[in-house]
Amino acid sequence: MKARVHVMLKDGVLDPQGEAVRHALGHLGFGGVEAVRQGKVIELDLAGTDKAAAEAEVREMCEKLLANTVIEKYTIEIA
Amino acid sequence: MKAAIITFPGSNCDRDLAMGFEKAGAEVVRVWHKDTELPAGVDVIGVPGGFSYGDYLRCGAIASRSPIGQAVSDFAAKGGYVIGICNGFQILTEMGLLPGALMRNASLKYICRPVTLKVATSDSAYTAPYGKGAEVVFPIAHHDGNFQIDAEGLKALQGEDRVAFRYAENPNGSVDDIAGVLSANRRVLGMMPHPERAIEDAQGGADGAALFRALAAIGVEA
Repeated sequence: MKARVHVMLKDGVLDPQGEAVRHALGHLGFGGVEAVRQGKVIELDLAGTDKAAAEAEVREMCEKLLANTVIEKYTIEIA
Repeated sequence: MKAAIITFPGSNCDRDLAMGFEKAGAEVVRVWHKDTELPAGVDVIGVPGGFSYGDYLRCGAIASRSPIGQAVSDFAAKGGYVIGICNGFQILTEMGLLPGALMRNASLKYICRPVTLKVATSDSAYTAPYGKGAEVVFPIAHHDGNFQIDAEGLKALQGEDRVAFRYAENPNGSVDDIAGVLSANRRVLGMMPHPERAIEDAQGGADGAALFRALAAIGVEA
């Protein structure tokens, strides 16, 4: 079973890196980009087969390590 | 007084920090990140700067969950003194011993230069030797020193007089010019600037020496 975790800065937290990417896109002629937010994707290969249990465990991983919930939010996909 | 300096893979200010304590007259013990216990009789823990675990995932994130991390948390919970500098500050916020988070500098640039700080409170072992309002010059050397905290958390820090140092001129985008913060019991300090790189004139200034002398006196009085 695979889990995919998306970690993004919370809404309202300034993302200077995303802003730099937006500027660079502007320099390349992509004028219509109004905002860029940059995040992380973390893929996990899990041994278990119980989807609900896996999601609960990955949620705990996010809270304990994968995301800093002071500034970041996360979503989990189990496939 | 006995200071324990933690070394993680990628720490690079551990020896400077040890020197800061030693020159102030403290006994220094070095602790490895895989250790699970602190040596007996430790009065102060120093969490040094550097790039622990290569800054993987987030600065300080892996170090904060390392084997020695729990011992540091327990020590702080019992009222022990802990100073985290630069990457050490990032580690202490990741551990939850200090509020907020250190984000990428607003300029996106690594900044390495001496900066002037204003001491924001006299009420801590770390800042008492300077006194509120004093100006000190410590070097900064970081890419991720942009201190951020939500409005409620900032209000609490300000209301409880827990801002230790502010930048005279904000180099990195930190909210309220914050360069260092204290825990609620005022015994855990995290700061981005490096007092251990300003302990003798040969380094370009010795403003940091007083901080280490004050810490070295803690165990002596007790």
